[in-house]
This record gives sequence, structure tokens and C-alpha cells, in this order.
Amino acid sequence: MMFAFENRIWDRNETLSREDLESLQLARLRQTVERAANVPFYRNALARARVTPKDIRSLDDIRRLPMTVKDDMRNNYPLGLLATPMEDIARVHGSSGTTGKPTFVAYSKGDLDTWAGLCARFLTAGGLLPSHLVHICFGYGLFTGGFGLHYGVEKVGAAVVPASSGNTPRQIMLIRDLGAQVLVSTPSYALNIAEVARAQGLGPDDLPLKFAHFGGEPWTEDMRIRIEKELGLLAFNNYGLSEVIGPGVSGECAARNGMHVQEDHFIVECIDPDTLEPVKEGEGGELVFTSLTKEAMPVLRYRTRDIACLDRAPCPCGRTGVRMGRIVGRTDDMLIIRGVNVFPSQIEEALLRVEGAAPHYVIEIDRPGSLDQVTVRVEVLPESFSDKMSVMQILHDRIDREIQSITGIRVKVELAAPQTIERSVGKAKRVIDHRAAKPV
Amino acid sequence: MKINQLSLFLENKPGHLRSACKALAGAGINILTLSLADTQQFGILRLIVKEWQKAKSVLEEAGGVVKVTEVVATEVADKPGGMAQVLEVIDQAGLNIEYMYAFTFRRNDKAVLVFRFDDADAAVSKLSAAGIKVIGSKELFEGK
Repeated sequence: MMFAFENRIWDRNETLSREDLESLQLARLRQTVERAANVPFYRNALARARVTPKDIRSLDDIRRLPMTVKDDMRNNYPLGLLATPMEDIARVHGSSGTTGKPTFVAYSKGDLDTWAGLCARFLTAGGLLPSHLVHICFGYGLFTGGFGLHYGVEKVGAAVVPASSGNTPRQIMLIRDLGAQVLVSTPSYALNIAEVARAQGLGPDDLPLKFAHFGGEPWTEDMRIRIEKELGLLAFNNYGLSEVIGPGVSGECAARNGMHVQEDHFIVECIDPDTLEPVKEGEGGELVFTSLTKEAMPVLRYRTRDIACLDRAPCPCGRTGVRMGRIVGRTDDMLIIRGVNVFPSQIEEALLRVEGAAPHYVIEIDRPGSLDQVTVRVEVLPESFSDKMSVMQILHDRIDREIQSITGIRVKVELAAPQTIERSVGKAKRVIDHRAAKPV
Repeated sequence: MKINQLSLFLENKPGHLRSACKALAGAGINILTLSLADTQQFGILRLIVKEWQKAKSVLEEAGGVVKVTEVVATEVADKPGGMAQVLEVIDQAGLNIEYMYAFTFRRNDKAVLVFRFDDADAAVSKLSAAGIKVIGSKELFEGK
């Protein structure tokens, strides 16, 4: 297979044979369970499950371990899950707090080094060279995105512009004037950059960017095509969550056919969120991660609520880590509309198929009588506005049809004027569910 | 002999029409005539104003999406059959009307019909050839 750039591999562990990888995983899993047993919460959970570190004889025994959920992190607020003394902690980060109170995660010096290495792996897989200049517009703060990518880029030996988030015109000025070849942001923020650049009369050739690494929120393949075209770059997907380590859990290679899970550092399972049993090979399910090398806060079978599928077929890039597909939704942002499961990402996919519709939207759900009613407010691109009602009606009807064909539900589409739907720098708030506030 | 018409996208929400008119009023722009097309989900406000370039930038500065289109204005007698006569010519010429609206002119006995055709130039020549009086912005705004 020919790649658009040289396929470089950062760490030999990325290409371990399955056999070598599994024996490494087993040894590390045992250590992790031993380490976790230092934490009262895990010690109790292991006792309830009647498992001791000695019971881990094969990788399949992972299924005997108790699962961990977000609420366990909240209940042990702020740092009740430490497996090392406080003086060994080198840094604290927090979850982005999309759902409720933030949760904190802690890193030892060794964890920070591991983490930077994991980011260096996927950045290298996605074309990063030591000679590059990388523009990072993730927020630098408790959020793991900014610092995680920052140290990964430095590990590779490339240069960083720690631009942080906000003020898009200034971001564009920095990218152009400093000549960044690589962009790091959320995919929705990249769309915002493209939009502002276009308003300034700048096309893809006016921007020096060649590669982009996106994470922090789910996105679609159509969105990739759009961003690549509008910014003139190759876009790569990476995945991570603070509870597991942050970005660097998995990332795409030049083949761009799923994200290689860094299996020498994490064991991934894909389960049915209701039965908790593994899904059939290749089917979508909730991803569950167990850390294998984390010192300060090891995590056992953390339920991510992210839904994706796993692909174990060999990859032409030579990396042997199992590939996870895009996050197609979350067990908790899954909307049930008149009994049908709908993910906001599906609405986004529909909008990206309609020329003239902007991928900026808000989904409002209400239940005026007994039936759920969904309204999708969609921004119209200025250039697609027409004085002819028939043209606007056709645009409206196309959006309507695409949403129905992808989600299988009928929605009410409202066209909104450009720039009227709030832009977000981090995770976009796209769903307003009025049903939750009403008694059932 | 064509007129520049402004179209403004309106969300179907209270206050949107008013804020557009307020913006024009603030800039001292008088609306000669207007037409509003609407559905349950959105509306299109079509305006004819003398200083259309200025009006366009005023509306855009107020956050509006504005499109300029050429429309054809014809002057007819303000009496029964005045409009029918023009429509007959349009029918015979095979012109398709996208939309139209009408208003009475400053003089009591005249009315103006504004038409949106796909090909405004072809329409102007066909209408003129059939003896219909097509009026330009000079006559429309200065009454000459």
C-alpha cells in the first residue's frame, strides 16, 4: 500500500507480534491488579468479586475483574483513587466536565513520560516530523488535550506554538505568520477556523497546514472530507479520555482505517452496555479500558460509555494494535426518539451530505403530547441563500430527507441564519432535551 | 431597465422583521415597496429601496444575509384588466414568473407590477416589444 507520506514508527512495541504482545499484556495486567489493590476502592471491589492478583492467569481472566464507572471517580473525589503517595504525584488534570462535576486524575513522573510517548506514537503515525511546527489550539488547563499533545510533540522533537483556544482570527494569523504545518484542535474548532478563514478570503492554499490531529469529540468521515478540502491538509483522528490517561489511548496511522489502540499500555474490551458481555467480533459496543502501565492512578475495566467497533484485521502500516472505529456515539448521548436510537453524530452526517447546509446545528427534543418531537435548527451557508422560495424549500426538504434516511425518524427542520448558532471551542452542546425536565 | 431588489433571509421568530426595518430606518433608508414570502420555518423579505447598496451593507452589518436580484417593473393602468394584459403577454412569450408583487404608483391612475424572471433581460425585451411599459429605477424613484 502506498501512503501519502513516509510511514514511520515511533516505538518498536507498536509492531509486536500478537504472541509477544499478549505475554507482555498479561505480565503488566498482573502488576496493575497488584498496584490497584493498594487503593481502598479497588481493594474492596476485588474482594467483592473474589479476585486476587494471583487469579490472573490468562488475559481472559480480565473478565473476572470488577468494572469501574464514572461515578466511582466522582465518589472518590478528589483524589481517592491514588495508588501512590501524594508526594509522588507530578501533575493533576481534570475531566472536561461535560456531564456534571469535574473528576481529577493524577500522574506520576513516570506516567507523564509514558503519556508523552503515547502521543508521540500517534503523532508520528500521522506524519509528524521533528522539523515540523505544530499549532495547538486545545485549551491549556485541566483538560488533558493541551498538555498531552504538547509534550507528545516535544517528545518527537518538533516545535510547538501553544496558542490555546479562542480568538479564531488571531489563530489564523499565527498559523500563517509562523508557518505551522500541523494543527491540533477539536474537529469542530477546525471547521470554525475554516469558516473564519473563508470569510477573510483565505483558501486552502493560503494556509501552510499539511496535517491535523483531531480529538476531544466524535466526528464523522464526511466532516474529515470537508475539513481536509477547506483547510488543504490531511486530518487524523486520535482518541483518549482523562480517566484512562488522556489523548494517546489510540490514534490513526497513514492507512486511516481506524485508530490503533496502544495495546501494550491498555487492554480494550468491547461490550454490550446492557448485558456487559463482549459483543460479537466487529460489532459496535461500549469500549472498556484497563491501564497496564499507569502508576499513580491505575484503572481497571473503565467503562467509557463511548460506542465503537474493533477491527483485528492486519493493517498495512505494520502496527499490530487492534484498530477501533470512530466513536459513533455515547451510551449516554444516545437519544431515544419514539423508540428509535439516534445519535447527534448521525444528524451531523446528514447535514454534511447536503450542499448549502452548514454543519452547525442544535437538536431540540420535546414531547408536546405523547409523541416525541424533534426540531433540528440548521445554519444555512450565506452563499446558498436565494430570493426564490422554491430554492430554499428544496434545501429545506433535502436536509429533511437526509436526516430521515440516516436516522429513520422524521424531524422538523428549521433553517437558521448564518452565525446564529453558538460556536464552541471545546465540546459543542448540540442537544437540548426538554423531555428530561418533565414528569413522565 | 431592471431594478435591483434586495432579499433578506428571516428566521420565523418574533422580532426578526422589526429589527431589519429598524436597521434601515436608522440609516434613513425609505422602503419603496416590499413583499414577504414565508413558510412555517422561515421567511424571505424582498425589498425595493433607492439606495440598495447602502441598504445591503446596513442589513449585513446587522447580521443579515442579503442577496441582490434583478427584477422587472412594469407600469400598468390602475383599472380592471391592467394586470391581465401584462400577464397575457408574459404567457404568450413563454416567460415563467418565479414570483411577483404589485403596488400603486405615486400617480393615482398607475400601478406597478414587479416580476422575478429567470432571465430578466429576455423578459425586458419581450415585454417592451409587446408594448408593455417597463420602467427603470429613475422613473420608479424620481417619477420621471
